[in-house]
Amino acid sequence: MLWVDKYRPRTLDKVMVHKEEATNLKNLIAQGDCPHLLFYGPSGAGKKTLIMALLREMFGPSAEKVKVENKPWKVEAGTRKIEVELTTVSSNHHVELNPSDAGFQDRYVVQEIIKEMAKNRPLDVAGNRGFKVLVLNEVDKLSKEAQHSLRRTMEKYSAACRLILCCNSASKVIEAVRSRCLNIRINSPSREDIVDVLTFVAKKENLVLPPELAGRIAHHSNRNLRRSILCLEACKVKQYPFTADQEVQTTDWEQFIVGLANDIVTEQSPKKLFQVREKLYELLVNCIPPEVILKRLLDELMKKLDSELKHEVCHWAAFYEHRMQQGQKAIFHLEAFVAKFMSIYKRFLIDTFG
Amino acid sequence: MAPVMQSTQQWVEKYRPRQVKDVAHQDEVVRTLTNTLETGNLPHLLFYGPPGTGKTTTALAICHQLFGPELYKSRVLELNASDDRGINVVRTKIKDFAGVAVGAGVSGYPCPPFKVLILDEADSMTEDAQNALRRTMETYSKVTRFCFICNYVSRIIEPLASRCAKFRFKPLLQDVMQNRIEYICQEEGLKLDQEALTTLSRVSEGDLRRAITYLQCAVRLYGSSVSSKEIISVSGIVPDSVLEGLLKACQSGQFDLAHNEVKDIIAEGHPVSQILSQLFDFVVQSPNISDIQKAKIAERLAETDKCLIDGADEYLQLMDVASNTMRALCNQNQECAY
Repeated sequence: MLWVDKYRPRTLDKVMVHKEEATNLKNLIAQGDCPHLLFYGPSGAGKKTLIMALLREMFGPSAEKVKVENKPWKVEAGTRKIEVELTTVSSNHHVELNPSDAGFQDRYVVQEIIKEMAKNRPLDVAGNRGFKVLVLNEVDKLSKEAQHSLRRTMEKYSAACRLILCCNSASKVIEAVRSRCLNIRINSPSREDIVDVLTFVAKKENLVLPPELAGRIAHHSNRNLRRSILCLEACKVKQYPFTADQEVQTTDWEQFIVGLANDIVTEQSPKKLFQVREKLYELLVNCIPPEVILKRLLDELMKKLDSELKHEVCHWAAFYEHRMQQGQKAIFHLEAFVAKFMSIYKRFLIDTFG
Repeated sequence: MAPVMQSTQQWVEKYRPRQVKDVAHQDEVVRTLTNTLETGNLPHLLFYGPPGTGKTTTALAICHQLFGPELYKSRVLELNASDDRGINVVRTKIKDFAGVAVGAGVSGYPCPPFKVLILDEADSMTEDAQNALRRTMETYSKVTRFCFICNYVSRIIEPLASRCAKFRFKPLLQDVMQNRIEYICQEEGLKLDQEALTTLSRVSEGDLRRAITYLQCAVRLYGSSVSSKEIISVSGIVPDSVLEGLLKACQSGQFDLAHNEVKDIIAEGHPVSQILSQLFDFVVQSPNISDIQKAKIAERLAETDKCLIDGADEYLQLMDVASNTMRALCNQNQECAY
C-alpha cells in the first residue's frame, strides 16, 4: 500500500493539517444535521481526506465499506434515450461519482442520480440519518447546464439527500450553486505542516529522516502534501539510509519540461520548433494535462528571463491557455505559445545585443 | 414529498414568506399582486432581478393564496431548469397542462378560473423553446396564466416579454435585510451583535437568501453567538490583508515579489473570481491611484473575468492581472514591446 493511502487520516480527530476545519466540521454534524457542502482548494491539500473522514464521522465505520460499480444509466431526455456508463463508488450511506466523466451528457446523469437517490430514501433507523450523501468530484469540470440543473434539484431533494461537492477552483462553479452550499476553503498545508507530516510518516515507518531533507522535499512539492509523501517514498526506494544532502526525486515529465525549456532558450528557429513539437506530443500522449504542461513550462522559462520580458511572456501564456480552453486541440495552442515566445525572445536578443 | 423533519429543514425554506404581503422590500410588486388577490384577475407575469430577492417566493406565495393547498396540485405547474425544458416539453407537457379546462373552485380561496404555469429560471430556456411558447400563451390565455422568473430580462425574447406584466425585483437595502435577519435571530434564539449584522448584510450584497444561508452556516459551525469574523470566514470573502499584499507587491515594481504573492494566493485556495471583484472595489476606491491607472487596471480585470468564465486557468489569469496592474501602477509601458 502506498504511504499516501496508508497514513491517510481516517477520522476527523486524527487529521493533522486542517485541525480547525476538522473541529468545525465535527460541530457541524454533531447536531445530526448537515447542509450541502462545497470543498474547494488546490490539489493535494486534503479535500478528499476530510470528506471521507466526515462521512465516517456521520455514518460510522460502515461508510468505509465501499463497492465500486460500473453502472449504465438509462436516461430519458425528451424523445431520445441516452445511455451513459459511469463508475460510482458507493456504500450504504453515500454515493460518490465523477459526473464530468459523462462528458456533455453530464446534466442528465446528475439529475437522474439525485432523483433516484431521493426516491430510495433511507429509513429512520437508529444510527441512520434521514438522508444519503452524494459526493460529486470535480464539479468545476461540470458543464454550465449541468450546474444550472443542480440549482433547483438541490433545494427540492434536500430532505433526502445532501450533496458534498469537491473542486479545485471555486471560480468555475456558478454563483447559484455556491450560494446554496456551505463553502469550505481548504488551503494547501504550509511547509512546516508538510515537514511535520513527513516526520510523522517516517517515524511510523521506523525511518530516520534528516530535517534538511524533509524541508527540501516540502519545498520541492509546492505545498502539495500528496506529492511530498509520494516523493518521500520515492526517495526511500532510491537510497536508504537518508542523507541530508540527498537529491530529491522529481518526476520524469518535470525533467522533460526542464529540458524542453532549455531547448527553447538555446535556439529560436523553425527547425527547433519542429523538435519542440515532437516533445510536446510526447508529453501529451503520456496524459499530462496541457494546462499543467503550459504552467510548468512558463515557470521554467521565467527563471531564465529578464523582468521586462516576464510581463509579456506571462500575458501570452494566459492568452494561449484561455484559447486552449475554448478550442479542441491543445497541441496547436501549446505550439503557438512556444512560437510566440521564440519570436519575442529572439527580437529581444537582437535588440539588446545587436 | 415526504414530510421533512424539522431539524433538517433549511432556514431559507423555513422562513420563506408564505403570503405575498410578507415579501420584503418589493412594494410595487406586492401592491399589484394584493390587488390581484382581491379581484382574482391576473395578467401574465414576468419577474426579473438578481438572485435572492424573492422572485420564486412571490410566485409560489401568490399561487398558494389563490388556490389553497387542495387545488394547488391541479392548478399550478412549476417547471425549472432542473427539469428538461427543450422545445419538446413546450410542445407536449406545457400544452397539455395549458389546454385542460379548470374545474370548480373551493371555498375560502379566490380560486379564479385559470391555472398558473410557473417557469422558473426562464433565461436558461432555449430561444426555440421560447418561440414555441408565443402562440401557446395566446391560445390558452383564457385558462392559463404564465409566470416567467429570470435573472436577466434581456435573455427573454421580446415577443414573450411584451406579453407579460414586468416586475423588477430590487436588491434588498441594508436596513430591510437587517430587520429580516433580526427577526430570524429572534425566532431561533441567536445572539448577533451590531457589527456582525452589518457585516452580514454587506457581504451578501442584497441577496437575502445568501445572508440567511451564511447565518445558518455560521451558527452551525460556531454556535449560537456569531461574530463578524466568523461570518467572513463562512462567506468565503477574501480578507483585505491578502489584497493589500498583492497590491503592495505590484506597487513595488518587482516581478518576482508579485509572482510569489500570486503563488501564495493560489495555494491558499482563494477563488480568483472573488479576488478579482474585490480587487476591483479596492482599486476603484483607492485615492492613491490616478484615473488613467484605474482604467487600465479595470480593463484587464474585465477581460480576465471573461476568460475565467470560459474556464481558463486561475493561476495564469491572476498572473496576467498582477503583471498588468504592476505595469499600470509603475507607469511602465503597457503595450507589448516585442
